[in-house]
Amino acid sequence: MRYAMAVDTLKCVGCSDCVVACQTENDVPVGHCRDWIVEKMTGTYPELQLEIRSERCNQCANAPCVRTCPTEASHYSTGGIVLVEEDECIGCKACITSCPYDARFIHPEGYIDKCTFCIHRVEKGQNPACVSVCPTHAMIFGDLDDPNSDISKAMATRKWKSLIPEAGTDPKVFYLL
Amino acid sequence: MSTNMDRRDFIKIAGVGAGSLAFATPLFDFSKGEVLAPDAVPGMYAKRTPTYCEICFWKCAGWVHTNKDGKIWKVTGHEDDPHSNGRLCPRGTGGVGMYNDEDRLKTPLIRTGERGNQTFREASWDEAFTHIADGLKKIAKEHGPECVALFSHGSGGKYFGDLLKGYGSTNIAAPSYAQCRGPREVGFIATFGEGVESPERVDIRDTRCLVLLGSHFGENMHNGPVQEIAQATAKGASIITVDPRFSTIASKSKFWLPIKPATDMALLLAWMHVLIYEGLYDKAYIEKYAYGFEDLKAHVAGMTPEWAYGITTIKPEVIRETAREMANASPRVIIHPGRHVTWYGDDSQRLRAVAMLNALLGSWGRRGGYYNPEKVPFKSHPHPPFPKPARTWKDAYPGKFKLAGLALASGICDATVPTTERDCSFKGWIVNGTNLIHTLPNQANTLKAIQALDLMVVIDTMPMEITGYADVILPECTYLERYDNIRVSKHREPTIALRMPAAPPKWNTKPAWWMAKGIAEKMDLGHFFPWKDIEEKLDWELKQVGTSLEEMQRIGVKKYKREYDDLYPMENLDDFEFYTNTGKIELYSTAMEDEGYDPLPKYTAHEEPPEGYYRLIYGRAPMHTFSRTANNPNLVDLMDENSVWVNPKVAKEWDLENDQYLWLENQDGIVSKTPIKVRITERIRFDSVYMVHGFGHTNNKLSRAFGKGASDADLITKVHVDPVMGGTGMRGNFVTFRFEAGEEVSS
Repeated sequence: MRYAMAVDTLKCVGCSDCVVACQTENDVPVGHCRDWIVEKMTGTYPELQLEIRSERCNQCANAPCVRTCPTEASHYSTGGIVLVEEDECIGCKACITSCPYDARFIHPEGYIDKCTFCIHRVEKGQNPACVSVCPTHAMIFGDLDDPNSDISKAMATRKWKSLIPEAGTDPKVFYLL
Repeated sequence: MSTNMDRRDFIKIAGVGAGSLAFATPLFDFSKGEVLAPDAVPGMYAKRTPTYCEICFWKCAGWVHTNKDGKIWKVTGHEDDPHSNGRLCPRGTGGVGMYNDEDRLKTPLIRTGERGNQTFREASWDEAFTHIADGLKKIAKEHGPECVALFSHGSGGKYFGDLLKGYGSTNIAAPSYAQCRGPREVGFIATFGEGVESPERVDIRDTRCLVLLGSHFGENMHNGPVQEIAQATAKGASIITVDPRFSTIASKSKFWLPIKPATDMALLLAWMHVLIYEGLYDKAYIEKYAYGFEDLKAHVAGMTPEWAYGITTIKPEVIRETAREMANASPRVIIHPGRHVTWYGDDSQRLRAVAMLNALLGSWGRRGGYYNPEKVPFKSHPHPPFPKPARTWKDAYPGKFKLAGLALASGICDATVPTTERDCSFKGWIVNGTNLIHTLPNQANTLKAIQALDLMVVIDTMPMEITGYADVILPECTYLERYDNIRVSKHREPTIALRMPAAPPKWNTKPAWWMAKGIAEKMDLGHFFPWKDIEEKLDWELKQVGTSLEEMQRIGVKKYKREYDDLYPMENLDDFEFYTNTGKIELYSTAMEDEGYDPLPKYTAHEEPPEGYYRLIYGRAPMHTFSRTANNPNLVDLMDENSVWVNPKVAKEWDLENDQYLWLENQDGIVSKTPIKVRITERIRFDSVYMVHGFGHTNNKLSRAFGKGASDADLITKVHVDPVMGGTGMRGNFVTFRFEAGEEVSS
């Protein structure tokens, strides 16, 4: 099982619903977020292109955060989801420095926090909160090992990219183009 | 929008930490709602109660999830609701922030100092009600009850409306009419005999081509249409966006027409010219249903794409190509009427042109065009008949705004400023949930009106600018803590939805129904509220439509079958009598002609910005609703201030840098009260600047919103009034840049 997420940049309007849904679902303190919106504009008026992305931890299969964690607090869990064991985390920030996606932050309680793909929901067969709330259905979550999953089908039929592939992290968040 | 921001710089805001000072009152029974066994699903909610959202007018139905300790955890969409389809927008999802906001109004307040200087004393509810009742009785005695008006936005207005009607005034105005969608209702009623209404009857889900004029879906998060646009485009629908700004939806459009602002009418007329003279219009539909086609044909004869090019800067071939795109999709095409359409003062006529274009394409009453919505015949709890008022606001405007279908908030405001020409001016305002200082154009005029009042009562959840001027402030609990009237939705399928409290009201706050009933009782008008409490009223009403309060508390939303199979009444060219004078779709409007207005819309050149000034265009951000969310901790976290969008060429001329703060000054020398951050972007035309509405709060009781960004409302001092219905055109203001503050203005 390899959990992954695809964000459809053609559908995403950058409304940030995913951000606030994650904050309430996971009780992320106001002032912090586990996912965020990026807008990339290119061109000169009136020849313009805009790409909008909902970004988060890339749940890398070759995760620098896991490798650099001195206490093994950062670890791989079900379906390859990268998690932080709060009690094991000493807040040394090695993972923050090593993450090429800037996906981690220090929780006010002292440990490092980030996206969990809402594993507590996924284990019950639900989508992550961001996916379930998205008004334009711009996000697809599923198992890449299941060829019949929505995400496998989308990846097979659509053009896609991942972020900073040159970092060699084998990310599991993809962007449909 | 918090884009490209280093996460480590992500704005730090103190935790909410608002302790729950809640205390139960006998008004609320929290044993209702769907209760799960505590351990049914670990980590899940303990209880969920139905609601419909109050953060914008879309009123999506949802569920409020509370934890075992009774704390509100999150709000999610209701699966059976056609407004949300189970998914709320960011504002709805962040609704819990409205409940948690520690800056909320907490107890009734009575003014002790001068109006506007924010000095109040705490009062008991009884004291506040007595103060209001005495004030209202005095106005009724000295001037007549019709000299009191209600301004309202939101659910509570219904109860204060009943209070006012019982008292003897029908002057009930919502800024959502004359400051927003009024012109489109007038334009469509004049053409089709029916308005667009809310939610708009647009069948985006099944359309093949959607045309947007200035509408920026995705940035305005009208939930239903945003969802349906994504569905329609996934099925291959094309979008044509006309906007001087490269909006989010423009970026997703097949055609973006970067029009010169204020020239949309010329484009609409040229499109009609192409459809008619290239024979692309729906001939069978027009022959069957339309009145005045030959008049229209003659009217637009000279309005060629070449003519429009000189006005709009849109190339003739693009005008032709987009007209053909619409015709190819016809009748499954929507020229969207938009929502906030009070732009230039000829807005009813522009929306007439939009309606006529839809008629030429045969989209009204057709799948993928405009559907025929239906709602449940819903009876309100009976009450004695209201007295007939001696006069209404219209008497202040003899011979003007003849097609205004609803009261004009701006008209009542103007008729409050005393003048020798009128024998009676308004003496009392009740303001429910609308921050008129930011909502009405021309603030100086609004403040003059307020200072002329004998009594102003403000009902709100938050201390807004308007509350600072109130004589009495009544703190309403949020929608998550109260019952309101049933949401009776007019949609493809009729539905009703219940809002009930998920938690007891925090502090000494109360629902609007309780306040209105309490004031009525003080004034011997209690018989207009002939129910013990709202639960009794709602239960009676629900039983008339085959359900009950008990059932609705469990299911939240109830769907009904349509009574008539006429979702698309013109699909097969069946006979249909339109509600117009001729019984036809009026391309040539007899109603306009009868009242002395142009029966066919004309292009009028609007004023252009003087040298060194730029047209002020304003709009929405997806995470905020006007100024009412500006202090919501969750939503402020997503966007805490607005910026002014400036084209790079303009920035170079003025030597501006990204993120620098400056002030905006308009053509009348009015300077923004607060500075605003510069955003240099190719996404805006060189002749315009753009800012998101709802920022620049000057009430320091809003700890997060105070002084953040600038207010476009400050700068809208020139108003182009629509002669047809009194809409306040607000897009004719021009601003320049200033590098120092204006003179100190007290607020």
